[in-house]
Amino acid sequence: MTTSGGEAALFAVLAPLMVIAALGLLFARRAVHAAICVVFVMVSLAILYVANEAPFLGIVQVVVYTGAVMMLFLFVLMLVGVDAADSLTETIRGQRWIGVLLGAGLLAVLLGVITRATFPPAVGLEAANAATNPEGLAAVLFGDYVLAMEVVGVLLVTAALAGLVLTHRRRLGPRRTQRLQARERVAQMAVDPARRRPLTPLPAPGVYAQNNAMDTPALGPDGQPLEHSVPRVLRIRGQRRSPVAVLGAQETLVQRIAPEDVPAEGAREVPGAGADSTEGETR
Amino acid sequence: MPITNYLVLAGILFAIGATTVMLRRNAIVVFMGVELMLNATNLAFVTFARIHGDLTGQVLAFFVMVVAAAEVVVGLAIIVTIFRTRRSASVDDVNLLKG
Repeated sequence: MTTSGGEAALFAVLAPLMVIAALGLLFARRAVHAAICVVFVMVSLAILYVANEAPFLGIVQVVVYTGAVMMLFLFVLMLVGVDAADSLTETIRGQRWIGVLLGAGLLAVLLGVITRATFPPAVGLEAANAATNPEGLAAVLFGDYVLAMEVVGVLLVTAALAGLVLTHRRRLGPRRTQRLQARERVAQMAVDPARRRPLTPLPAPGVYAQNNAMDTPALGPDGQPLEHSVPRVLRIRGQRRSPVAVLGAQETLVQRIAPEDVPAEGAREVPGAGADSTEGETR
Repeated sequence: MPITNYLVLAGILFAIGATTVMLRRNAIVVFMGVELMLNATNLAFVTFARIHGDLTGQVLAFFVMVVAAAEVVVGLAIIVTIFRTRRSASVDDVNLLKG
């Protein structure tokens, strides 16, 4: 039996892409790229299942493989470390060439068997799928394979238990509660004042009424800039702005909008608009 | 297009998966190679079901999917456990277990 023209076109488009994606699994350096390639292969396989008169398996393929299995793979990849690239050193001498040779041999054998074998003329599944594909599957599954079905159920429960047991980690020390952490912080303050951290939340950055940018330190009640109000990253990168520079800048928003020669009548109505008044207030 | 083209595709995918298992070091990538091999056999099962006009092939592919799901759970749990103790997901480092 030959397939319809539409199916032939679908196969001609999908099959090379699938092979390329599968080769991506073989050659991608990063595991995440390999996982994406496998997801593509699996979605394409689902499409081919539907084309092969197996719509139920197509749906199950999407749900189980791309939905559950590959997402689990990606989850574990994130857990293990995304940037864990393969090491290129060979621990077994010549392993790479032996592997390539064995793979090519396997390919040759499989293709040789498939192309040389004579298959009976294809029957097609119109008769078997007469009452929808899932119903036909159910008849076979619950008719001929009841015992296998039960055993597979036991296997699934066992696998779930195994997943729980294998990833379980025994707690070695006492649990670190919030109360314990707070006590430790206060105790550290008493022991080593040089390394102490403030117990209260850090002050928010920005000079009052002039600038609330993250890179400008806040002013304390005594008018001194509080260095630790600027985020640590900005301090390390040297992107902290001096509060004196901010306060000393004569340019304000109103001045920037209105040219100097225009009498600033409108500007006077805005509270705290003039540079002098702002400076006086905040200093 | 003869219907056996699907079988050829399944054979190619199976060979690529097997080569991945033999060549790659990262345990997770090796595992994905195993998954690719299982998927290739599923495609062969579905195609044979169509050739013979018998839904048993599809049922067997369904069983393969279920068993693969269970296998993935256990295998990934083992990989995570090994990574916790060894700080590495490379297949080569597991030989340190025998020490």
